[in-house]
Order: sequence, then C-alpha cells, then structure tokens
Amino acid sequence: MRHLFAFTALAALLVAAPLTAKAADEFTLTIKDHKFSPAELKVPANKRVTITVINSDPTPEEFESESLKVEKIIAGNAKATVRIGPLKPGRYGFFGEFHEDTAKGVVIAE
Amino acid sequence: MLGALVIVFREVLEAGLIIGIVMAATRGVEGRGRWVAIGVGAGILGAAIVAAFAGVIAEAFEGIGQELFNAGVLGAAVVMLMWHNAWMARHGREIAMEMKQIGSAVSEGARPLTALAVVVGLAVLREGSEVVLFLYGIFAQGTSGLSLLTGGLLGILAGAAFTGLTYAGLLAIPQRYIFAVTSWLIALLAAGMAAQSAQFLYAAGVINHLGETVWDTSWLLTEKSLFGQLMHTLVGYVAQPTALQVVAYVAALAAMFVLMRIARYRPQARPVEA
Repeated sequence: MRHLFAFTALAALLVAAPLTAKAADEFTLTIKDHKFSPAELKVPANKRVTITVINSDPTPEEFESESLKVEKIIAGNAKATVRIGPLKPGRYGFFGEFHEDTAKGVVIAE
Repeated sequence: MLGALVIVFREVLEAGLIIGIVMAATRGVEGRGRWVAIGVGAGILGAAIVAAFAGVIAEAFEGIGQELFNAGVLGAAVVMLMWHNAWMARHGREIAMEMKQIGSAVSEGARPLTALAVVVGLAVLREGSEVVLFLYGIFAQGTSGLSLLTGGLLGILAGAAFTGLTYAGLLAIPQRYIFAVTSWLIALLAAGMAAQSAQFLYAAGVINHLGETVWDTSWLLTEKSLFGQLMHTLVGYVAQPTALQVVAYVAALAAMFVLMRIARYRPQARPVEA
C-alpha cells in the first residue's frame, strides 16, 4: 500500500511540475547513415540549449554523452528533443551508443 | 560482433549487479528465487513493451516523456530500496536468528521480497528496453545481422555470468556481516539511482536549478570503462556530476539512514510483533 502512495505522489509531482521549458536557443542535429551532421555543433556557453535530434535512419539510436549528461533514445525515422547546459566554454563529445564507431560528434560551447 | 557484445554486456551488467545484490541480501529467505524470477520475467516483458512504444513515450509530454519515464522508474526503485532497508533494519535480526534453525519458515521474509522483486523488475525494464531496441535495430539492418546478433547474445550471457560472480562474491562474506554489507550496498545503490533520477528531471526541464558541473574526475575514471561502469551502478559514481546530482545523492543517503534509525527503534514494553 505504502508504495502505491509513493507512486501516486511521484506521478502528481511530475504532472504538477511546469512542463514548458524556458525559451532557449534551439539547434538541430541529423542522424543519417549512423553519422551526425553537423559533427561539430556550436552553441552559446552558460545557457540552456535545446537540440532537436532528427533520426533519418530506420534504426533506433541512443544519443549519449557523459559530459553533457544526456541519454536519450530516438526511434527510427523520428526526432527527439535534448536539453543541455548551461555549459562552460569548451568541447563536449557525444556519440550514438548503438553505432559508436561512426556516430560521433562534438558540441562546442563558446 | 565485438561492438554488439560490449553494448549489450554493459546494459545487462547494470541490471545484473542489482540482481546479484538482491539475491545476496535475501540469502536464506524462503521463496526469494521465485520472487526474483518474477521480477526478471516482468522486467523483460515490460522492456519489450517499452521498446515497442519507445517513439510514443519519447513524444509524450511535449517531448520529455522519456526523461519523465526514466526518472519515474528510477524514483520508484529508490522508494522500494528504502522500504526494503527500513524493513530489514526492523526485522533483520529475527530473520538472522531464524535462519539458524533448520527448516523454519521465514514467512515474514516474503514482505521485503515483493519490494525487491519490483526493484529487479524495474532494473531489467530500464536496461532491457535498450537491449531490445539495439537488437531490433540489428534485425532491421538485415545484412551482417547474424554476427551482430551473436555478439548481442554473447553479451547477455556475459552479463548473466557477471551476475553470478557478484552473487558468489557477496556470498563469500560471512553470514554475520551479510545484512550489514548488503544494507550499505543497497543504500549506495539507491543514492546513485536518486542522483540519476534527479538528472533526468533536469534534462526534462522539470528542475531548472543546480545544473552546473561540480567537478571532473574523468581523467581518473570514466563511466565508460568497465570499472567506471561498475562504480556507477554500485555506488553511483559520476565523473562529471552536477550540483543537483550531488544534492540528490546526499539527500537520498541521509533519508535512508534516518528511515533505518526510525525503523530500528521500538518501544521496550511491547512484545515482539510483525
């Protein structure tokens, strides 16, 4: 019973929370043939940034980065939104976990 | 093939470590095998369903459905682990005593087992859905699929073997200490999950503070290395944690500690009851 309350409380918390993200700078990344384009994405530093990742491949991909703290699965022929930052100026590597040898890229915050 | 093996192994490893700890924590409790099996089975079934609806989940709630889902799964696991540890703090001694009497049925033991079965199920659900998606991607690609699939299956086997090793390693701990050791492991496991859950809420934009990276120890140990992955799952190690992750980690650990202290306390004059 107690865990039922916990679930309900958690669900209530999630629904009550503001779902609208702050208007932030928006960028786009495309996955095609298990490669990211652009492979280098410049974003402003010290700001929350929204990246729309478009997966043009028929297979799913996981957009992942330790330094950006992102783990997001994008189904085949679908797109997903990733929120990152605020970032200090620098280079932040990311990769597609399901095709790590080809799907690589860098976010450059400046 | 090697790439597929490594990817699948990494996912199975995370769930496997949790299963190994749960098995060790319930050592000597009757019916635990059945509960863990139920957890694994439900988790695999759930993983297949989640994978099938991955696109729908991702697009739910204005594109942050996946983050909310992950945060929810992790949050629920944290609550279950806290409940288990509090319960064990209260009844652990009785179970330890009863275990020494051969053939005594520890009927009470069934209660924290449900919580742990849920934890096992959630762990398998989260990691398993990625494995399912990955293997599906291989099927969809057609060519070279067979060798990748072999790699994936070997990855599952390797992950399962690691689960066995974790369990065997924990079993080597003398019975006297096993409750204390597994309680600590579960507390750290829960704290790590809480930090991860908070970070998913941040990624979803539900939490908008404390997003700054506090330190960077990726020169020492990255989460991508095998040892880093182990530390990430076991104690919640993050090479570049945000302030939010640190706060969530410490808060979960403190909450666990307080809860266990409260559970352990019982008024003197009352007879022992369940």
